Amino acid sequence: MSQTSVLFDVAGPRTRARYRIYTVISLVVILGLAALLVLRMAARGQFAYDLWEPFLTPDYIRALLVDGLLTTLRMAFFSVILAVVFGTIFGVGKLSDHASVRWVCWSVVEFFRAVPVLMLMIFLYFGYGAGPGGLDAFWCVVIALTLYNGSVLAEVFRAGILAVPRGQSEAAYAIGLRKTQVMTQILLPQAVKIMLPAIISQCVVALKDTSLGYAITAPGLTFVGKQIYTDFQNQLQTVIVVAALYVSVNLVLTWIATWVQRKFVGEKKILEVSMVAETDAGAGLAPGGR
Amino acid sequence: MELVFSNFDLYLSACRLTIGLFLVSAVGSLVLGTLLAAMRVGPIAFMSKAATVYITVVRNTPLLIIFVFVIIGLPKLGILFRSVEELGISSFFFRACLALTLYTSTFVAEAIRSGINAVPLGQAEAARAIGLTFGGTMTQVVLPQAFRATVPPMASVFIALLKNTSVAYAFGILEATARMKYFTNISGNDLPIFLIFAAGYVVLVEIVSFGANRLERRWSVAR
Amino acid sequence: MRLIRTKAAVAGLGVALSLAACGDAGDDSSAGVDVEVADNAAEEFDDGTRMKELADSGDVIIGVKFDQPGIGFKGATDDMPVGFDPELGKVLAASLGIEPEDITWTETISDNREPFLQSGEVDLVLASYSITDERRAVVGQAGPYYVTGQQLLVASDSDIDSLDDVKGTEVCSVTGSTSLENIEAEGATPRGFDTYSECVDQVLSGAVDAMTTDGAILLGYAAEHPDELKVVVEPFSEERYGVGYSLDHPEMCQWIVDTLTAAEDDGTWEDAFAATLGASGVETPEPPAMDECPAA
Repeated sequence: MSQTSVLFDVAGPRTRARYRIYTVISLVVILGLAALLVLRMAARGQFAYDLWEPFLTPDYIRALLVDGLLTTLRMAFFSVILAVVFGTIFGVGKLSDHASVRWVCWSVVEFFRAVPVLMLMIFLYFGYGAGPGGLDAFWCVVIALTLYNGSVLAEVFRAGILAVPRGQSEAAYAIGLRKTQVMTQILLPQAVKIMLPAIISQCVVALKDTSLGYAITAPGLTFVGKQIYTDFQNQLQTVIVVAALYVSVNLVLTWIATWVQRKFVGEKKILEVSMVAETDAGAGLAPGGR
Repeated sequence: MELVFSNFDLYLSACRLTIGLFLVSAVGSLVLGTLLAAMRVGPIAFMSKAATVYITVVRNTPLLIIFVFVIIGLPKLGILFRSVEELGISSFFFRACLALTLYTSTFVAEAIRSGINAVPLGQAEAARAIGLTFGGTMTQVVLPQAFRATVPPMASVFIALLKNTSVAYAFGILEATARMKYFTNISGNDLPIFLIFAAGYVVLVEIVSFGANRLERRWSVAR
Repeated sequence: MRLIRTKAAVAGLGVALSLAACGDAGDDSSAGVDVEVADNAAEEFDDGTRMKELADSGDVIIGVKFDQPGIGFKGATDDMPVGFDPELGKVLAASLGIEPEDITWTETISDNREPFLQSGEVDLVLASYSITDERRAVVGQAGPYYVTGQQLLVASDSDIDSLDDVKGTEVCSVTGSTSLENIEAEGATPRGFDTYSECVDQVLSGAVDAMTTDGAILLGYAAEHPDELKVVVEPFSEERYGVGYSLDHPEMCQWIVDTLTAAEDDGTWEDAFAATLGASGVETPEPPAMDECPAA
């Protein structure tokens, strides 16, 4: 963070002493709060072994990891793949030369970006989930997540394609390529490199949003967590364990994203990402996204 | 559809709750988020690390889990926030806003930090060169420019907050999504009801989006 | 630095894995009634009836609740749901010659009971399914096999004694349920949660003043926490639980009524109740008389 070292001088002895005091104060406050929390938990018997036992029992661990985490990952995986497809189609559609295509794509994308994912899931499940050939809860979640993340990705794709240097498309037209060829052979491949970090951050968003599926009895980590705490009345413990699982998985995903970014985008990172971020207020990219 | 219009007062009170949750949580997360950003950017290493840990953990946890923690987990420790009822605020509303604030403030902090990072390095260097202190550099040079860069990601954070208020439906707040479930339970035809509620959200989102666009244009500078 | 962190992570994982085998949670009790599975059940039924089809096919899909302890509950590691409703489901399946292990159990939540029956996704629904005229217009409901009414569950030291006391208080129930609507009409502030267990938790921690739903469900929870909770107020609505079946097969009604009446007569009904809702010490009530089936 070179910026911060520019913001303040190298600390002299008095400032250092002041910083030490601040550090001690904040240490006391934060550790004090943490200690209070732990003491409260102990006082209310929240460290009782039987409240934590389910998480040490192989059967329940298997239920958590396999029925829960694996299903959640599967849902997220399908949603992201379908969202990429959806996003490509509608992103390209928004750049179309035909106004009618542009307007249709624009309204679809705006609609699904504005509606809460939870409402979408509830509507899909209760409206279409129980009819003949009905969608089961798993696919309701996947479809709802696809529609939402696909709309966000459509914006990202549009911004990404616009971020490819104009000279590329001009040169492509100059050598006689047609519109579709320019898009598929020149623009998209270069745009994908720019958009990769945003796509992966949407993966994290999709993973977190799968937890909303519990409202329509969709399987997943949150659902299994609910089953456990309904059975054992250990809400606090379950929340801690489930949160830890989510955080770990998301951290792994984010680490993959950083690695991908470094490998494929390299030093062009800052230029590309900030340009993409400024193109549209609602792009929902990494800093501001859900 | 007539069902909703004949019960329009129920629909409106639900929308009012949604907007109420949004406004209170927005203010709360702006305050908390700025505090977190300041801790991260500041010189004291411990505070910076503590803020980073908090932001990382909460950002990567689904909002639902945070809600469960605040509304179902904290009461187990006796933390009920009953005292706010003396001010006339329902404790459920307060706790829902608390959950939303805790979650959204991390995104606000990240948006502010990205805004600060967008200010060209030369600005801060020049400010130091003319002898401004840390406080002066921040308030007179960096932050005003940072605000401009913060608007797009901040707008998307607030739009996300607006939509996240729907998660409160399962935790005792009769806001828009809960009302929609109430109506679809009674009527057989779900699609028009869903469209009315969806339209409500779209309108609110477009208002925020429009406001953000205006702000951005007002503050824009030829680069 | 990275190496140290990685080693620490691996060590932590190792400790966690070795601890993982320590616990032994979860009850192994599979309490329930013994059902006598009828032999040659298919021959008991007339050709062309749905019952004969089901008996021939050897499997039946029954919709129950998965999240209401005592009525219908399936834990994270259970293969089959347990509760009063699944027990009666086993009785019905037994009369079709189907073993309890061969029943396919589906989770039916309050909102999807009618759609599932209409689409044929489930054959029977036993899910605290109250008989109402609106529902009888779209699906068949045979019964009642249990009668209860809406009551209130409060903390043992609460002042709430009658329905008038709820005005201005916060009362919890499940989002979108009729119990919540009814209590809102009485002047209470409705607090909707996802499951009844969460509501019980809210009452126990003092976050709400009361919870309301069918007395049957409340009794089960009150008996789990006898010193902290109590059920008050006379039932202020009548809920008659029935077995849901599709109107495409009206002949099922008579079969359901006959099978369950036989279970009431020979004590199976009482055993099922005692093993589930009654396990917490609640008195087993008289089994109700069933409605006449609509003329086919």
